[in-house]
Amino acid sequence: MTPVQALDFIRVLPEIVLASCAILVMVAEPFVSARHTAALAWVSLIGIVAAGAGNAWMRRFSGPAFGGSIAADPFASYFVYLLLLAAALTLLGSVRYLETNQVHHGEFYALLLLGTTGACLMVAATELIMIFIGLEISSISTYILAGFRRADKRSNEACLKYFLLGSFATAFLLYGIAFIYGLTGTTNLVQLSEKLSAPGARPPLLWIALILAFVGLGFKVSTVPFHIWTPDVYQGAPAPVTAFLSVAPKAAAFAVILRVFLGGLASAGALVFWLLWISALLTMCLGNLAALWQTNIKRLLAYSAIAHAGYVLVGMAAAKAAGPEAGEGIASVLFYLAAYALMNVAAFILVAHLAGAGERYQEADDCTGLAYQRPGVAACLTLLLVSLSGFPATAGFFAKFYVFRAAIHAHLIGLTLVAVLNSVVAVYYYLRVVVAMYMREGNPRASASPLPWPLGAALALSLVGIFYLGLFPTPFVRLANLAASPLP
Amino acid sequence: MSHILTILTFLPLVGATVVAFIPRTATAKIRWVALVTSLVTLAWGIGLFLGFDLHHPGLQFVENYPWIESPPVAYHLGVDGLSVLLLLLTVFLAPLAILASWRSIGERVKEFHLLMLALETGMNGVFVAQDLFLFFVFWEAMLIPMYFLIGIWGHERRIYAAVKFILYTMLGSALMLVAILYLYNATGTLELPAILAQLSGPAPPISPKGARWLFLAFFLAFAIKVPLFPLHTWLPDAHVEAPVAGSVILAGVLLKMGTYGILRFCLPLFPEASRQFAPVISVLAVIGILYGSLVSMVQPDLKKLVAYSSVAHLGFVVLGIFAFNPMGLEGAIYQMCNHGVSTGALFILVGMLYDRRHTRLISEFGGLSSVLPVLGAFFLFVTLSSLGLPMLNGFVGEFLIILGAFHRRALYGALAATGVVLAAVYLLWMYQRVFLGEVRSEKNRALADCSGREKLILTAMAAVILGMGVYPQPFLRRLDQSVAEVLARVQPGEEAALVFGSPKGWNDASRVATSSATTFHAPWLLPLPGPERERGPLDLTRDSRRELRDAAPAELKGIAGVACTPGEAPRAGMNRR
Repeated sequence: MTPVQALDFIRVLPEIVLASCAILVMVAEPFVSARHTAALAWVSLIGIVAAGAGNAWMRRFSGPAFGGSIAADPFASYFVYLLLLAAALTLLGSVRYLETNQVHHGEFYALLLLGTTGACLMVAATELIMIFIGLEISSISTYILAGFRRADKRSNEACLKYFLLGSFATAFLLYGIAFIYGLTGTTNLVQLSEKLSAPGARPPLLWIALILAFVGLGFKVSTVPFHIWTPDVYQGAPAPVTAFLSVAPKAAAFAVILRVFLGGLASAGALVFWLLWISALLTMCLGNLAALWQTNIKRLLAYSAIAHAGYVLVGMAAAKAAGPEAGEGIASVLFYLAAYALMNVAAFILVAHLAGAGERYQEADDCTGLAYQRPGVAACLTLLLVSLSGFPATAGFFAKFYVFRAAIHAHLIGLTLVAVLNSVVAVYYYLRVVVAMYMREGNPRASASPLPWPLGAALALSLVGIFYLGLFPTPFVRLANLAASPLP
Repeated sequence: MSHILTILTFLPLVGATVVAFIPRTATAKIRWVALVTSLVTLAWGIGLFLGFDLHHPGLQFVENYPWIESPPVAYHLGVDGLSVLLLLLTVFLAPLAILASWRSIGERVKEFHLLMLALETGMNGVFVAQDLFLFFVFWEAMLIPMYFLIGIWGHERRIYAAVKFILYTMLGSALMLVAILYLYNATGTLELPAILAQLSGPAPPISPKGARWLFLAFFLAFAIKVPLFPLHTWLPDAHVEAPVAGSVILAGVLLKMGTYGILRFCLPLFPEASRQFAPVISVLAVIGILYGSLVSMVQPDLKKLVAYSSVAHLGFVVLGIFAFNPMGLEGAIYQMCNHGVSTGALFILVGMLYDRRHTRLISEFGGLSSVLPVLGAFFLFVTLSSLGLPMLNGFVGEFLIILGAFHRRALYGALAATGVVLAAVYLLWMYQRVFLGEVRSEKNRALADCSGREKLILTAMAAVILGMGVYPQPFLRRLDQSVAEVLARVQPGEEAALVFGSPKGWNDASRVATSSATTFHAPWLLPLPGPERERGPLDLTRDSRRELRDAAPAELKGIAGVACTPGEAPRAGMNRR
């Protein structure tokens, strides 16, 4: 193994910046008076921006680091940007929320940064143990975040549920990793890929390892049937945390699935394909059908997040089916996740605002008539929902479009038809909120106070992004294609 | 490249942006901005209509810029005769719809006009897009304003109707999206002309079986929109619950998008499959005609009656399209416009009654013509146009369609003709119950007759109805090229009938074909020649005309005065009034 060099540290620059910033926030917290806690938020935001800058700068130093356990490649870089974006939007959305709910503690920002750090490590890792470490860092931070409203029963429930089921699932992943190591003698993805693609190399129990690892990661991205925790946790956790939960750990876990199942274990073709295919089918259908019955907006968005994971899995199945031309499918997944991050974080932080103090007003009916009290807020939520349901001129449309295109290219016509019909079903429940806001008479119970400026800025940023991706996707598609290139 | 079509498409959106910046309390200003925007768009549309070059085959006013790199989507706009006509219809109905809502929309005025103008942009976009992807974008984007129009300003069951409307349409368009992607995957392009060229080339990239499935996917999307029986169930709800402007636009333009899509995509892209499915579709169209008429007859609600009559009228249009002959096709397209104007006018009239009485139940009215003589007269006029009285627009279209249907299969023609009779029954009976007889309800005695604004709307519509009925030539002439091109693909040989039994001999009996039957890109049917007129470069000699005439299919000669010498030409066959 080569000795550690300065270059190795440069290649994990974003993670270093984030972790240092988190530590700084944590150390500074006792010295900052309660009135000035918001200052910590701005420090964290600066940290996130600096991490982004670091990510941009280290592009010219790409390559493996720490003996091949981490790779600074366009794939990682893309995901790091995405995770930082999710973290920044969450942060902007949570400042005022924490004040209103009287849980404004500096630890929140530190945990958020640590959660992001873990996720960043996951996406850059090319070694199974490193992936596991990243996953644990991100998970433990988010477990705590889910229970951040200590006085609230639901928040506690969410925390506990997430923690218990989450640990159980990580155990599965670890078990899978152990199997892989036992079968092949390595945990490095590159070596794994070489060993498995060597002629005659077909370890007998590899399928067990695959399934175990898939269960562990499937939990993180909440594929059916490992989604049971999702609605409860998303509903119970503080809404800005839900925004983060629904995007960052999920995107990171998807990145890992791409790296592991389409990279390292690529040679185990058929089984992986069918795993992806079946989970895609189940996840889309169940997510959408269950969402139909939800009246609680947070729960509705939770099920919608499950359904979106299903569409992403369609893109992955397409990439798997396309064999050597997997690039299109992978790029479609990357594009989808970016669009999804923009839409979902924005939707949840807006819901956090609408729910008011103590998150009392989460029902769709609580928004009745909101459009006439707060036309701007209602229009904003409508645009987000329209994008989530995939109407043209928004990011959601192109996200679906590229995934479906990849699927059709890979001749998965049946799966594409199911996905398309699912997206029609989805329109119904997204519109439920719109109906309440615009078409029913009455006064909204939901908070009709004006948007605080950090939230407004976050929403404006998301909307600009959504329309930019929806109208001029070309530059972004190039980026996604570039990011997809390091994978086979 | 000129930007005529871009301006036409996005002008209303500019107006919408202006409206967005007007304070919501300044309702008068909002109304005027919206109206003026739509009138300027109308003027622009008329300019486009007049500037349309009859002699130019293919697309005109083309704008083509690359938009998205992968998939290669182009911002490709262009119009042919079919689009021009429907564009004109759209920009004509939009200001009338705004004007018709002048008083009846009192709440949320700003949102209403914003959405109306956005809707107009979407509709124009659908008719000018020449790239499958761009078409799809407009097609979907237009749903959202319509959804809000129904859902916010509609009547009691508006939410149900709005959701039903959007889900039905989305279902169809979702399948269409898959078909578009499949086509793209097979051909590597999304531009309609390029795809057409590949599909009609020597080695089409899609198997006949694949083409059948693709045809069905596209057709389902359009058939829902039309709506073809049995996919029509969203229509009565949406039309009845929508506010007046919504109903006018729905009936006037949105339904036409379905038939436009069939003509623009289904037939040219999948001619073989179209021929295979034509019998089934024709039967469904005939069922639609009869079913729509019969159900109309028993409606107690005026608006529902008009809504169901749309099912019947659009059945005519589909029947005409799938007759695959010039009469049927030109009639169908003409009928699309007629229906837009006549049914739009009927909805406006029903809306005017509703504004006065706040009911639409036929039983609540009776003897209104003594109270509302002007409104009654307009109502009668529009009713007559809708049921196809000669000299009014409906007649031209329906007659040509029935002629075409007869040519395809006598039974279709006969049944469709029954539909005309039924239309007379339900419309006249409705008129009788509402306007004739004694005034039964005391509430009806003190109603005010048409205001100046209402007279203006109705006069404009009546003028168009009369104009289109008496002198359809400017409209039909613009269709020749498009119809010939569609026919050349779907029923090669039939377009030759355009040369001989030209249905456009209607009022211009001296017009004779001037083009060779074998080249479709030659200017068809120039607005020519009485013998006294100058001979154009494309004129055929007397001998070559005779040759062409003799080459016509035998059964065609019996129709539309084919068997006559060029000089006296179609007069014998076509001037039956």
